Amino acid sequence: MIQHLIILPIVLPLVAGAILLRSRGGATRPKRIIGVTATALLVAVSIALVAQAAGGEVTYYALGDWRPPFGIVMVLDRLSALMVLLTSLLALGCVVFACGGDDEQGSNFHGLFQWQLMGINGAFLTGDLFNLFVFFEVLLLASYALLMHGGGKARIQAGLHYVVLNLAGSALFLIAVGVLYGATGTLNMADMAQRLATLPAERAGLVSAGGLMLLVVFGLKAAILPLYFWLPRAYASAPAPVAALFAIMTKVGVYAILRVYHLVFGDQAGALAALDQPWVWWLALGTLVMATLGVLSARDLRLLVAYLVLISVGTLLAGIGMRSEAATAALLFYLPHTTLVTGGLFLLAELIGKQRGKAGTRIVKGRPLHNASLLGVLFLVGAAAVAGLPPLSGAIGKALLMNAASAEQQPWLWPLLLLAGLGSMVALSRAGSTFFWRSHAGDPIEQPLAKRQLFGVAWLLAASPLLMLLAGPVSDYTQATAEQLTHPNLHIRALLPETTDGGEA
Amino acid sequence: MESLYAVTTGVLSACGLFLTLRGRTFPVVVGLTLLSYAVNLFLFSMGGLTTDGAVIVDGPSDYADPLPQALVLTAIVIGFAMTAFAVILAMRARGDLGNDHVDGEDNREDRSS
Repeated sequence: MIQHLIILPIVLPLVAGAILLRSRGGATRPKRIIGVTATALLVAVSIALVAQAAGGEVTYYALGDWRPPFGIVMVLDRLSALMVLLTSLLALGCVVFACGGDDEQGSNFHGLFQWQLMGINGAFLTGDLFNLFVFFEVLLLASYALLMHGGGKARIQAGLHYVVLNLAGSALFLIAVGVLYGATGTLNMADMAQRLATLPAERAGLVSAGGLMLLVVFGLKAAILPLYFWLPRAYASAPAPVAALFAIMTKVGVYAILRVYHLVFGDQAGALAALDQPWVWWLALGTLVMATLGVLSARDLRLLVAYLVLISVGTLLAGIGMRSEAATAALLFYLPHTTLVTGGLFLLAELIGKQRGKAGTRIVKGRPLHNASLLGVLFLVGAAAVAGLPPLSGAIGKALLMNAASAEQQPWLWPLLLLAGLGSMVALSRAGSTFFWRSHAGDPIEQPLAKRQLFGVAWLLAASPLLMLLAGPVSDYTQATAEQLTHPNLHIRALLPETTDGGEA
Repeated sequence: MESLYAVTTGVLSACGLFLTLRGRTFPVVVGLTLLSYAVNLFLFSMGGLTTDGAVIVDGPSDYADPLPQALVLTAIVIGFAMTAFAVILAMRARGDLGNDHVDGEDNREDRSS
């Protein structure tokens, strides 16, 4: 049983999703129970995985017992365990929130949700470039349907752009995988890393072309500067629990950049090492600037939160662009915080919008809220956390990141990061004061908050104070993760013990 | 043969890219289809083009790489499913938004085309 643990985050949602999709209609209650139970089990499994990976050993699961580099492998190290745990924690909040009514707006919500989780977990665990593509497709397919859950003009329109862009991205991904396979003769990432060390010089151009094409694909997923224009509208129009789950989708891109350019294009790759670094660094700073402008100009709370997702992407990618162990550790600390809090804010925006009737989430004067004090406190916590105000976890993450910047990086990173924080603070306080203080004299809508929805919001927003209290152990873990990531040799040796001399297989 | 193969792939992807950048959903869907054909051909050739080679390793000199065939099969299946989805989505968008422009609104005068 215990050796099969690594595959469980993929098999569990697959089975749950298959059961849920068996009937399209039917009673909602059993579906909710299955969906929530499967997600809660996923949390338990991923905690066990983190416990297994925390020792620093890289373990893998060979499907059909075909040894790497020939078979398909799922690799568990500290980074993938952390990402799987983060996914399951976020998903639990989203699925409980959805049980408050959002899942009834269309069909098959819970089944698609589980398969989306399968794709995300698979992308985090796979050790093989082609399977990364397959799991990207799985998560994208589920996300296409979830994005348009409930229908409506805005969703269809945003969904069309999202689908077409991602289809083009998938085509580019396949071309990049093809080029890399043609040049190196392998798809296993650890094996590819090893072969790059002895790459014939005439193939270096081909490999760097393939590597940079991969960066475009991952950049599209992560929503980096020239490739982010699809994000704000898609996230702002998606149903709240879906938008909250999508907070992890950009991080899939960030994860893929981290994994591929540390493992495959790591230090052993010679001239090809750190292929992504100059691009990611400058484009990340550009993303920060554009996202800050977007946050300040947003006239709708959901759009505002979508731009906050972009700020977090810019911050994380700037951490990757610095390419030092300390910066990686810092961004890995910032990543769980920003994912859970932006997810929580998407859910909170939905609750606020519901109580304002026609005005919805638009940042205009509306009727007073029925539960103004409770929602106001939640909004305050979320806003302070996401803007990076001390004492919450956002401040710790940003401080770690700024501390990790080298002397020539500081003049760029510090002002942009701090201005992004200031921009989000200004925009959020304007939104908050409009929602909670500047209201018409009308009567509030007598609509009590659904307990499940409130639980979902509180679950995700509680991450910030918890991360602050547990900052010590968490940053120890992320420090160890960064160390593991910057020494890919351990990873390669764990997967390919017999060919560590680096010769052609 | 190799140059013919390369030219075919190139022309297909160029046409696909051009059509994908059009403003209406039908050319975009056709463009994505052409693009996926080009990608499948490209993937198929990534193990090197050989004729009369054994399917599996048969001596060190003359064999056809079996892996790209497995990969291209996966890519074809995924691409086919995605094309079907994109077609349905485009039809839904046409129905819901009232026109077939990718932005959902037609600002130009030539509605007859």
